[in-house]
Amino acid sequence: MTTKEYESYYVPAKSHWPIVGAVALFLIAVGAANYVTDLKNEQSGFGGYILIAGIALVIYMVYGWFSNVITESMAGKYSHQMDTSFRQGMSWFIFSEVMFFAAFFGALFYARMYSVPWLGGDGNNAMTFEVLWPEFTAQWPLIATPDGTTTTAMGWYGLPLINTVLLLTSSVTAHFAHVALEKDNRGQLKFWLGFTILLGLVFLYCQGLEYAHGYAEEMKLYLTSGIYGNTFYLLTGFHGMHVTLGTVMLIVMFIRIMKGHFTPKNHFAFQATSWYWHFVDVVWVILFVFVYII
Amino acid sequence: MTTDTIHDSHGHDHHDHKMTGIKRWLYTTNHKDIGTLYLWFSFIMLLVGGALAMLIRLELFQPGLQFVEPDFFNQLTTVHGLIMVFGAIMPAFTGFANWMIPMMVGAPDMALPRMNNWSFWILPFAFAILLSSFFMESGAPNFGWTFYAPLSTTFSNGSTAFFVFAVHIMGVSSIMGAINVIVTIMNMRAPGMTYMKMPLFVWTFFITAYLLIAVMPVLAGVVTMVLTDTYFGTSFFDAAGGGDPVMFQHIFWFFGHPEVYIMILPAFGIVSTIIPTFARKKLFGYSSMVYATASIAFLSFIVWAHHMFTTGMPLFGELFFMYCTMLIAVPTGVKVFNWVATMWRGAMTFEIPMLFSLAFVILFTIGGFSGLMLALTPVDFQYHDTYFVVAHFHYVLVTGSLFSIYAGAYYWLPKWTGHMYNDKWSKAHFWCSLISVNILFFPMHFLGLAGMPRRIPDYALQFADFNKWVSIGGFAFGLSQLIFLVVVIKCIRGGKKAEANPWEATEGLEWTVASPAPYHTFETPPKID
Repeated sequence: MTTKEYESYYVPAKSHWPIVGAVALFLIAVGAANYVTDLKNEQSGFGGYILIAGIALVIYMVYGWFSNVITESMAGKYSHQMDTSFRQGMSWFIFSEVMFFAAFFGALFYARMYSVPWLGGDGNNAMTFEVLWPEFTAQWPLIATPDGTTTTAMGWYGLPLINTVLLLTSSVTAHFAHVALEKDNRGQLKFWLGFTILLGLVFLYCQGLEYAHGYAEEMKLYLTSGIYGNTFYLLTGFHGMHVTLGTVMLIVMFIRIMKGHFTPKNHFAFQATSWYWHFVDVVWVILFVFVYII
Repeated sequence: MTTDTIHDSHGHDHHDHKMTGIKRWLYTTNHKDIGTLYLWFSFIMLLVGGALAMLIRLELFQPGLQFVEPDFFNQLTTVHGLIMVFGAIMPAFTGFANWMIPMMVGAPDMALPRMNNWSFWILPFAFAILLSSFFMESGAPNFGWTFYAPLSTTFSNGSTAFFVFAVHIMGVSSIMGAINVIVTIMNMRAPGMTYMKMPLFVWTFFITAYLLIAVMPVLAGVVTMVLTDTYFGTSFFDAAGGGDPVMFQHIFWFFGHPEVYIMILPAFGIVSTIIPTFARKKLFGYSSMVYATASIAFLSFIVWAHHMFTTGMPLFGELFFMYCTMLIAVPTGVKVFNWVATMWRGAMTFEIPMLFSLAFVILFTIGGFSGLMLALTPVDFQYHDTYFVVAHFHYVLVTGSLFSIYAGAYYWLPKWTGHMYNDKWSKAHFWCSLISVNILFFPMHFLGLAGMPRRIPDYALQFADFNKWVSIGGFAFGLSQLIFLVVVIKCIRGGKKAEANPWEATEGLEWTVASPAPYHTFETPPKID
């Protein structure tokens, strides 16, 4: 970049969206905190409404903020350098998301490799085992916790395998859509993008079905079912939330494509959405291996 | 606030949409405005956190329980730590980054100016939530800033959810701020500004930003687990469900140790900028400084369990984390050596920024050495959770990070305000701070070695004399910081006019523009040779 001719970098003059966003996050934090506190104390309060107001405000903020950005972009105010800023920003954001999942995978690995074997007397923990829970059997999936909660493990075949196929396919179709966009083949672009959205929605439906099975009487796999249920629901749950967000982003891209946005050269938003989609796909593959199979 | 801090002195105002009043600060996209906001916010938080610290010292002035209940004492230590780490030190450095990095690399602004404003404005709300918990029935968080499980889960009070969500949005702010810095540095450098020509402050903050995006999400993860353990019946940190309270410490310190370097690497950058100016020599060993910073950042990811030597880790773990921790002394030693070598046979003068930098080098090194002592596993069993630890991290954070922040503030105040600071008041600030801070923290080493535990509102009689002196030092240090407020306000309102380059610095693009810096700088990139 250092030798090319200089293009001026667009610095927006002012914007009220950031402060709207800050207020929105404030409402979400206060609302969620009140909501879970009331939930625990079995009271009713306004927390839920504040939370919903916050989320609504975030959606309004994102809509307004991105509308400004799109208008500016379509007006040709952005340089190549600006495009690079967006791309780098999105990549490092995805990196931070990777680290978020790493924390939960870390908890999973720690539980499997250390805490559960140690409770079973592994290493120098013979007395821990003898004194605390001598009846406990260290195993993974941990279907019987030290304090006697029992549950059933979720197999990897069936719904999880179908989900894996769905997401892997959707990553390929998202790529096809991108290729079609770069070739300026709008028909194919719409087809492949629509197909990707469909796969995402079916994935989410299947994930919901799987949770319903888990919570059914035969399986008794709850969020509260010890460290196995904890890691299972939080990892798949946060992944599912990311798929939901990714699907929403894909739908927005679809609407924008219907409106005639994006050119073969200039389509950062589409690119970013596609990166995000590949990212949730990769997380799923790791999750499928370590949560379901092994 | 200081709406008229920055006077526009440049001629072309075609897209200078500077507004007046509160709207300017709410809607701004200007890196200098946002930097100013960060700096003021962090100073206010410093005073709030300092007030809490003085309450702690008031209680510890004498043995026995005088002023506060033990539970409220726990709330004081917890919120003091949280505010100083997340509210004072980190935003202050981000303020420097906002003000200086675009000017130092010759960019017109930060890469993502609107997001920059969002990052800032989240913070006052986050700390409003945190501080509001003092007024709740249950009181503020009382489990220490490290919020170890099960104190923060099974035994926590009713405001834990507020703490968790406040930390969540602080994290959002930090991550966005860090992404902005990374993108600005990678993508916005002026033509010819290669990586190895960047000022060292830019380098250190670049690496700090990577630490931030790597570990703030882990903090978000661990507070989420605390939330679900407390409110949704999970058992990540509960052995009865197959989890482990020690797992909390592993995940927390995987965030927490790099966090320590997040608070010191920018300090290294500031000091490495100031010492060459006042020694009138080039920085000794520029590239070794860069590599040392990167090495420290890398090592910071593999030393976390040195906070946990007494948790009963396997022996291999104890040894691994001990040796890795001691290894950090090598790149840190390179830095201290380079600072001293820069001053060696330099034509030194002792303006306030230099005084703070010199105090930094000496006192930070003391903190570094006590860190080495703590790194030794067998002796850490003696020092763990005593005032020795408190002395150690206050030497690195107060006489380290905070002193570097003051050094930087005095160094760049002329550039920010267009006026020189008042010499008499700033000298008073320096000397009062230097003397009182040592009265405050040095005796803590001996208290700790003698066995006084941290975070306890009462102590055995034999510690009474030292604690009295510590408290006197604490009050004096706290009040000394008000002198700085006077200096800054006087500097904003007037004083000797500052030239473009008042220090005759030989390095730094910021000195090529007028003082005060024009509202917009480097709309066309400067030439770099």
